[in-house]
Amino acid sequence: MIKNTAAQMSASLAKGEITSVELTKLHLDRIADVDPKVKAFLHVDGESALNQAAAVDADRASGKKLGPLAGIPLALKDVLAQQGVPTTAGSKILQGWKPPYDSTVVAKLKAAGVVILGKTNMDEFAMGSSTENSGYGPTFNPWDLTRTPGGSSGGSAAAVSAFEAPLAIGSDTGGSIRQPAALTGIVGVRPTYGAVSRYGLIAYSSSLDQAGPFGRTVLDTAMLHEVIAGHDPRDATSINAPVPAVVAAAKSGDVKGLKIGVIKQLQGDGYQSGVQARFNESLEILASLGAEIVQVDCPSFEYALAAYYLIAPSECSSNLARFDAMRYGLRTGESDGASAESVMNSTREAGFGREVKRRIILGTYALSSGYYDAYYGSAQKIRTLIIEDYKKAFTQADVLVSPTSPITAFKIGEKSEDPIAMYLADVATIPVNLAGICGMSLPAGLAEEDNLPVGFQIMAPAMQDQRLYQVGAALEAALVSKWGGHLISKAPALGGAK
Amino acid sequence: MALSYDDVIAKYEPVLGLEVHVELNTESKMFCSCSTTFGGEPNTQTCPVCLALPGALPVVNAKAIESTIKIGLALNCQIAPHSRFARKNYFYPDMPKNFQISQYDEPICFDGFVDVEIETDEGPKQFRIEIERVHMEEDTGKSLHVGGATGRIHGAEYSLLDYNRAGIPLVEIVTKIVPGTGKYAPEVAKAYVAELRDILRGLKVSDVKMEQGSLRCDANVSLRLIGSDVLGTRSETKNVNSLRSVERAIRGEMIRHAELLNDGKKVKQETRHFQEDTGLTRSGRSKEQAEDYRYFPEPDLVPVAPAAAWIEELRAQQPERPSLRRKRLKEQWAVPDKEMAAMINADALDIVEETVLLGADPTKARTWWLGEISRIANEKELALTELSITPKDVAAIVALVAAGELTDKLARQVVDGVIAGEGTPSEVVAKRGIKVVNDDGALMAAIEKVCAEQAETADKVRNGHVPAAGALIGAVMKETKGQADAARVRELLLGHLGQASN
Amino acid sequence: MSSLSRDEVAKLAALARIEMSEAELVNLSSQFGSILDAVARVQELNLEGVKATSHPQPMENIFREDVVQPSLTPDQALSGAPAQEEQRFRVPQILGEAE
Repeated sequence: MIKNTAAQMSASLAKGEITSVELTKLHLDRIADVDPKVKAFLHVDGESALNQAAAVDADRASGKKLGPLAGIPLALKDVLAQQGVPTTAGSKILQGWKPPYDSTVVAKLKAAGVVILGKTNMDEFAMGSSTENSGYGPTFNPWDLTRTPGGSSGGSAAAVSAFEAPLAIGSDTGGSIRQPAALTGIVGVRPTYGAVSRYGLIAYSSSLDQAGPFGRTVLDTAMLHEVIAGHDPRDATSINAPVPAVVAAAKSGDVKGLKIGVIKQLQGDGYQSGVQARFNESLEILASLGAEIVQVDCPSFEYALAAYYLIAPSECSSNLARFDAMRYGLRTGESDGASAESVMNSTREAGFGREVKRRIILGTYALSSGYYDAYYGSAQKIRTLIIEDYKKAFTQADVLVSPTSPITAFKIGEKSEDPIAMYLADVATIPVNLAGICGMSLPAGLAEEDNLPVGFQIMAPAMQDQRLYQVGAALEAALVSKWGGHLISKAPALGGAK
Repeated sequence: MALSYDDVIAKYEPVLGLEVHVELNTESKMFCSCSTTFGGEPNTQTCPVCLALPGALPVVNAKAIESTIKIGLALNCQIAPHSRFARKNYFYPDMPKNFQISQYDEPICFDGFVDVEIETDEGPKQFRIEIERVHMEEDTGKSLHVGGATGRIHGAEYSLLDYNRAGIPLVEIVTKIVPGTGKYAPEVAKAYVAELRDILRGLKVSDVKMEQGSLRCDANVSLRLIGSDVLGTRSETKNVNSLRSVERAIRGEMIRHAELLNDGKKVKQETRHFQEDTGLTRSGRSKEQAEDYRYFPEPDLVPVAPAAAWIEELRAQQPERPSLRRKRLKEQWAVPDKEMAAMINADALDIVEETVLLGADPTKARTWWLGEISRIANEKELALTELSITPKDVAAIVALVAAGELTDKLARQVVDGVIAGEGTPSEVVAKRGIKVVNDDGALMAAIEKVCAEQAETADKVRNGHVPAAGALIGAVMKETKGQADAARVRELLLGHLGQASN
Repeated sequence: MSSLSRDEVAKLAALARIEMSEAELVNLSSQFGSILDAVARVQELNLEGVKATSHPQPMENIFREDVVQPSLTPDQALSGAPAQEEQRFRVPQILGEAE
């Protein structure tokens, strides 16, 4: 049962073949079995999950009309506030903090009857591409426990990949949903900026952050997308428009006559050969399904990584100022006569990890007087050029595609001493964030040289998220029929499978 | 050495710059829905947003935008078709986010002016204060310093923070530099703040209570040698909390600067704090190491772009300018200069006007508010508007007197009753059984009784010594518990004693 | 080749309220050269006349009505406080003056 899709679980629950309590217990057992190896979760809340499940079962028994995901378990990235449940954003500075409020995403999940199993590991404050920057130790890739699951939503991706949950929520600031989805062989979507409320999402970079769904199939991901998306008056950047019909698109999956643009700048040098091969194979499949493949040129994408590593650190240097030991979270250095200022200084030193400090310092520098125009100001202008490149490309194609990550899952420790090499892991995902549009990664097979999953990235214009699902579902169906099953079924058993 | 003010102005010209912070009187805070009510129990008006809990996001209060545009229009400003919020980054424990959401290079209103008039040696003179910008921001929380001798920040062992005020909408009104006021600089500054206060009150956008901090003034002062066009180093005196203090603080700073300059010392560019008790300022944080606020556009908020039609609608709704209104009322009501000044000083203009609009005679309305009612307000240490008596009550009392149903003396009892919370004037009249005794029979009985008791005095009157009647009239009034009309008593008494009443 | 000296890093760390050890300052200073080189690529293009984008979606005038909603209870507000007293957040002595 735990290897089923969420859609299948939903059908089983509706038919009464299983209860939500039973389904939840199966997943809690799986977590107990494999999580000591994978370390996807920072906090598992079994009792509360079973209570939620029991409430859904009771509602179902009383004949109440339930949504399709009612009673389905989910793993929640620890970046989202959940009332009364420890929420740390992977940082020591928030150890033990229990929010007195629910994020809008959590409120929507609860309203839909989704059962929240616990909080998943992540790079501290979502800064990283490997989950090694967590203040609580790394998460391990279920495909190869010596490798990272990517990041920053590595815990959520690993949980879904290891069958600890059929669905998960992540957040994507520069690729933090799509890249771990690619590295763990599952589906991940970063919705259009403003499509999912950021209220209660602990901010890393406000103008780039966006929460989104993980699933093992395109349809499962679409079902979760529909639950969490929608306008929220508590987020001033939330888009007030109907949610795109993503579930319908995932069910149709037709690409006949669609123009698919291949971005010249997001392939070639620096892309692993097996990654490039699987990407090309997927393009051929799409062409064989009736899509027209065109080449598009986005010259300013060359500068996307540089712009990102100015904008995100600048915003984070301000967003993380609130962690100051005064109102919540860690407080250290409170010796006799210590001032508030020195307590702030020593708490921030003790509570933040290396990468977070590096980005805060970089952002402080980029915003400081005398440097603002050269760094932050220029980065904002590059952002405009990237938006213009996309606009032009979308006049030539309905969706754009690229490999999600230039490389497959890398070894734990391989890049952790080299920040620049780590930053390059996001080279293909970052342009979507800078432009505020939407993107999906879905499994394109295994790279020949290392037998590790490769992700195929689809990008669509703002609020055209349904196009991701339409193209994704078509490609997925063709690949599944070619492979004789979902890619995830080829993942190793982790020794604990039931 | 100690200089006199005359010494200072003989040699130097002051240059002013004024920053006024106004708390708007919105129901909810600037970026969240917490109440703005003053004086609540600590931390009862806070939420994830104004406590800066992780994940919380700001959303702009529409009313605050409207109020700010109204202020800009009243100060003759341009309203920006497109403005943005920016983050001002600095760490301070009473500011939960450790940045303040403010406006930087794109304020909502800019380039305005206010004209103020003051008395000079050459008669009334007008000064134009140019406004640089009007922008929106948010207030901070309040800290209570514990330990140490004075409750002040220095020497405190720790502090206790209450965030009820954090996030209250603030509007900052910044002048351009104000040169050319010469020796009148302190008076001009005071008149400017008073004019601003009246304008804001007229707009009904703020409580403008300086004593509660809803209107606060920071005064920048520098001196230059007369004839020089090089600006001197300025000091910035913070949170000057009364009109009188504005004047005192500026005068004090001018003298302090002049003493330093005369001694060949330098004025330090720094923040200073005004001391109400001494009228002097003391040094605060030095601005030598200027904070780098790292302003950047607030990514959690989108730009403000007020529609031109909306701005015109707000412009059309602008109330009359306070200076014009004062002029108009003075003429309409035929108020002498001195009385007008008294009314303005007592902040009674609005309440008197309201009373007049309800039908009361202007002189009567003014006399009640500035006389008996002000006396009671002073006793109770309350503002006129804080008493439970309203313009409607006063208009009703004036009407009752005019109709002969109350004497002035009885009316005072009614005023007392209304202020004591006994109800409307007619309710007080009914409850206290107050009425003018105009039953001649009853009056005659009282007159006869008094004349019998004071036969000697009565005889004097009979013999033509009319002034002696005063004592008898007094006794009759006492006999009738003050409810008689004194004029009628006099008429009947003199008739009774065989004297003509005129 | 860009660089950021140990003293410059120390100044930034003070602005950002992070107390850093000597080793950390030196280490960050040595890393910053290559990081700054990487991000300085934004200056390679001629950006004259290009508008800056700070919001990815072209939205404006998003406001809320001036209506009071319930606040947190003081217990909830103070639930994460490292120290509290008299329903207030208790913090170490504050040295400087406010703005």
